[in-house]
Amino acid sequence: MAALGRMYSSRREMDEHVFHPAISLLVPLVAVFAGAYLPKLAPWLMILDLPLVVVIFFAVARRSPISGVMTGALVGVLQDLLLNQPIGINGMVKAVVGYVAASISLRVDVDALATRVVMNFSFCLLQSLMLLVIYQWLLRDANVQTRWLHELLRAGVNTVVAIPLFFLLDYAKQRA
Amino acid sequence: MAFSLRKTPIDAEALHYICRKNALVEVKRTAPHGLGSHVMDGFFARYRNALVLIAVLVVFTIGLAVQVRRPDYGSREDGKHVRVFRYWAVALVSPFERLFRATGQGIRGIWHNYIDLRDVRRQNEQLKNDLNRMRLYQAAMAEDARQGQRLQALLEFKQQYIAKTVAAQVIGTSGSEQSRVLYIDKGIADGLKPDMAVITPDGIVGKLRDVFQHSAQVLLISDTTSGAGVVLETTRIRGVLRGTTDGRLRILDVLPDSRIKPGEPVLTSGGDQVFPRGLKAGVVESIGQDRNYALVTVKPTANLARLEEVLVVMEKGAVAPEQVAATENEPETGARGEHLPQLEPETPDEAVKNAKEAPLPRPTPAVRQDTYSPGATPSAATLTPGARHDNAAPAPSTEAGGDQH
Repeated sequence: MAALGRMYSSRREMDEHVFHPAISLLVPLVAVFAGAYLPKLAPWLMILDLPLVVVIFFAVARRSPISGVMTGALVGVLQDLLLNQPIGINGMVKAVVGYVAASISLRVDVDALATRVVMNFSFCLLQSLMLLVIYQWLLRDANVQTRWLHELLRAGVNTVVAIPLFFLLDYAKQRA
Repeated sequence: MAFSLRKTPIDAEALHYICRKNALVEVKRTAPHGLGSHVMDGFFARYRNALVLIAVLVVFTIGLAVQVRRPDYGSREDGKHVRVFRYWAVALVSPFERLFRATGQGIRGIWHNYIDLRDVRRQNEQLKNDLNRMRLYQAAMAEDARQGQRLQALLEFKQQYIAKTVAAQVIGTSGSEQSRVLYIDKGIADGLKPDMAVITPDGIVGKLRDVFQHSAQVLLISDTTSGAGVVLETTRIRGVLRGTTDGRLRILDVLPDSRIKPGEPVLTSGGDQVFPRGLKAGVVESIGQDRNYALVTVKPTANLARLEEVLVVMEKGAVAPEQVAATENEPETGARGEHLPQLEPETPDEAVKNAKEAPLPRPTPAVRQDTYSPGATPSAATLTPGARHDNAAPAPSTEAGGDQH
C-alpha cells in the first residue's frame, strides 16, 4: 500500500506522476537533439519523431491536459526552431496531441501495452493529419502532399520505438 | 467501484478517506458566492483545460500569420527577431552535435588508422600504380586547360567561376522530413553570408539560409522551398530544379521533349544568381508527363543524405578574361584545393600576353614525308588542269633502320 502513503481523492490523482525537474528538462532536449543528430548517421532515421513520443509520454504520465498542452507547445517550438519553416507549426500540433493524450489518460488505463501501442500509432497519424491541414489550409502551401502509406509506416516505426522508450522512462516516474 | 480495476488493491480504510475528501471538495464547490462570479468560476473551472489549449492555439496562429507575410519564407533568410530565437536553439543543440561528431570521428580514426589495416600493403601498391597513371593524365589535362584559357581569352569569353571556397563540416540536420536543412560548423565568423552556394566536388548541395556566428543553416536543393536554375547538358533545355515532398528533385516547367532521355546530365545554368554556371546538379532519372508539362525527375550527383564535408562558395561572378587568367592561378582553398591539381603559376600580364600572342594551331611536322604531308602539295594557283606536275612529294621511302627490299 505504498501508494496510500498519502490520501488520494480520485483514481486520477493516484495515477498522476511527477518527474524530477532535470528529467523534465533533459528528456525533451535529448529527444530534439537525437532527432537532429541521428539522421546524419543513418538518413532513414529521419522517419523518427522522438519529440512526439516524449510529448505523449509526459502528457499521459502527468495526466494533466494543461501540462500536456504546455509540454507539447514547448517541445514543438524547439523542434520548429531547427527547421526552415514558420515557428509554431509543430508547436500547435504537439500542443493538441499533448492535450488529447492527457485527456484520454484520464479515462483509460494508458499503462497497458496494447493501449500504448494504439495510442502512439493513432497520435502519429493525428499529427500527420494536422500538419496537412495546417500546411494546406492555414499556410496555403501547395507543395506539400501527404503520402499516407509513408505516414502509416512512420506511425508504425515510431510506435515500435516508443514502447521500449516508455518502459525506460517509467523508471523516472514519481508519484504525485 | 472503479478502484477494483486498479492494479494496486485499496482497502476499505483508503476508500473511506477518498470518499470523505471528495465530499469536502463538493461542499467547497457549492459554497455560496455572488451569482456572477459563481457562474464565471464554474465556467473557467469546467473548461479551464480547453481554454488553455485554445489560447495557445490562438497565440501560435497569430504568430504564424505574422511570419508567413513574407513570401518564399522557407528559402529566405529569417527576419531579425525570428533569427534570434533560432540562434538560441542552434546554440543549444550545436555544441552537443560538435561533441558527438568529434567523438565519432576520433573513434573512426582510431579504428581505421590503427586497427583496421588489413590489405593496406596491397592497396598501397595499387594506389602507386594508379598515381603513376594519373600523373601522365594530369600532364595532358593541364595542357588542355592552358589551351582552353588561351582560347577563352581570345574569344573574350565571360564566365562565372568559383574564386574562393571554404570547407565546412556537417554537424546536424533538421531532424524532420518537413524541411530538408543541414547545419554546418562555419558561420559569420568565417565570412559566410546568406544565399551563398554550397557544393561538393560531386555536385551542388544547396544554399545558406540563416547564418549564425559559428554555424549556418544550409537549405538543401531537395527541400520543397528550394530552387536552382538548371540546363540539360545535351538538349540545352532550361528549367527550375525543385525539391519534392519525398525529398526527390524535379525540373519544373519543361515542355515534353522526346530528346530528354534518362541519364542526361543536368548542370546549373547560373540564372538563379546563387550557383555558378556549369556545376553538376544531377542526372535525369525518369521522364513522365503532367498535363502540359514534362515531369523530369532528377537524381542528385551529390549524396545529399550522407554529407560529411561541403564547400561554401564565398566568391564568384562574371569576370573579364584578364581576371580569369589572374584568378585561375590562385590556389583553391579548402578540401577541393588540396585535391585538385593546380596549374603552373603565371602572372596575369603574362597570361593575357600569352593569350593574345598565342599562335594559330599548326600541324606538327611529319616524321615521314609523303603526298599527304603538309607543304608537299603545290599551291592551287600553280596547277594547270590536266597537266602533270613533277614537284610532287617523293614516294615514301625508308631511311636508316627501315626495312630494305
